[in-house]
Amino acid sequence: MKPLQPVAHGRRVLLGLAFFVLFVALWALATFGGFVGKTFLADPLTMLRSGWILLTEMGFAKDIAMTVWRVLGGFVIAAVLALPLGVAMGAYKPVEAFFEPFVSFARYLPASAFIPLLILWAGIGEAQKLALIFIGSFFQLVLMIAVVVGNTRRDLVEAAYTLGVNDRGLIRRVLLPGAAPEIAEILRMVLGWAWTYVIVAELIGASSGIGHMITDSQALLATDQIIFGIIVIGLIGLVSDLVFKQLNRHLFPWAQLGR
Amino acid sequence: MNTVLSIRGVSRTFTSSHGQTPALQATDLEVAENDFITILGPSGCGKSTLLRIVAGLDEPSAGEVLLDGRRIIGPGADRGMVFQSYTLFPWLTVQDNVSFGLRERGLPREEQIATAQRWIAKVGLDGFEHHYPKQLSGGMQQRTALARALANQPRMLLMDEPFGALDHQTRELMQELLLGIWEAEQKTVLFVTHDIDEAVFMGSRVVAMSARPGRIKLERAVSLPHPRHYALKTSAAFSELKAELMQQLRVEVLAASAT
Repeated sequence: MKPLQPVAHGRRVLLGLAFFVLFVALWALATFGGFVGKTFLADPLTMLRSGWILLTEMGFAKDIAMTVWRVLGGFVIAAVLALPLGVAMGAYKPVEAFFEPFVSFARYLPASAFIPLLILWAGIGEAQKLALIFIGSFFQLVLMIAVVVGNTRRDLVEAAYTLGVNDRGLIRRVLLPGAAPEIAEILRMVLGWAWTYVIVAELIGASSGIGHMITDSQALLATDQIIFGIIVIGLIGLVSDLVFKQLNRHLFPWAQLGR
Repeated sequence: MNTVLSIRGVSRTFTSSHGQTPALQATDLEVAENDFITILGPSGCGKSTLLRIVAGLDEPSAGEVLLDGRRIIGPGADRGMVFQSYTLFPWLTVQDNVSFGLRERGLPREEQIATAQRWIAKVGLDGFEHHYPKQLSGGMQQRTALARALANQPRMLLMDEPFGALDHQTRELMQELLLGIWEAEQKTVLFVTHDIDEAVFMGSRVVAMSARPGRIKLERAVSLPHPRHYALKTSAAFSELKAELMQQLRVEVLAASAT
């Protein structure tokens, strides 16, 4: 091993999988070896079995679908509104001066602390979940997008002006395409955070969703089901992350060059 | 002779929290049609500042710049610029970079491509139309930048040490390439450099500047015949002018290092 030496693709995948195997092996050792009580931690096989039952007999697939729908819904609303505001803040300094202090303040408000208020305002229906995800991701998105757009290389901006662009053309043809790959990365990252918010929302007040299943299982001390739920969340996160990465690579081939 | 550009009493003082730094003293310069003026000076003499003011990327503290009798108030497509840093848009291919200004003017796509192709051929980049900037060497990027500026058919071409970041051999090739294009296209060029060889070889007139705060110290017409060939750099006439400029520049560098 040498610092910063790249690793071959096949080997990278193998190493990544190896840690999963190691993790499950340790878990199996702890549970099957009797080091941890069944009440506290179910073993991997029981977990898989109850997972199968959850999916086939207890309609867990519908819970998963609900959760995914909520995350995507809340996230898309946040992204669609954050994008123009973030770009406007990045491009126009007075707009940034107007919004930035408030957005920075709002960003540090813990989204989960809004749950009691949101339940009061929106009940425990879908609006409350969407609103929570919105609060959790909107302000983060706005700030990060504004920074990326504001960091556009000045020499590119100047070159564009000497080629005759006006201000609108500059935003459309230089600021946006230049920032696009990083904005896509920001979306990928914040989508991950949106997942934490939806589960929190479902843990506290919901009649469906992965988080709801987890609270139900808690009442029954069914650690196998809880762990299965958590693993499903992790897997969906992993898959959506990979899809996003592939999509970015496909959409912005130029940004991959020279890395 | 028909005057394209007149610089009248242009000076520039930078204001910062430490006070005022004069960068350029009142400067006058007349540029005629088809002139190739090289502005020669030590680092920090304000030569780039002067060029940026002509480009409209910086504002003079006093004085004015007229292009065809009209006062310059900002950057525009009538003054194409090639920068020292690599300023191709990394998200656009060579072809799209070269047609950037044409697209801004709303020309039909076929016309954009045809014009871009013509200029790509003139700078010797046939076959690289669909490459991204990061796939090109520094010399190729600067050739693309030159094509991008010229495809826009500017009234004049401004060049800010465009070959400064290139190695010696590439630099000489680029000088010949640019001279060849200038001889064929009859463009008006303002070319900033700190390289005496380059200034004499390229220019039809050399303007040497004093140390900071810069002012024009002397002007020399370069009567070497066109088309110029690199062998010219070893001729007696070339050496004579070079020696004079070297002497003048040395005085300025010494003056600059004394303060």
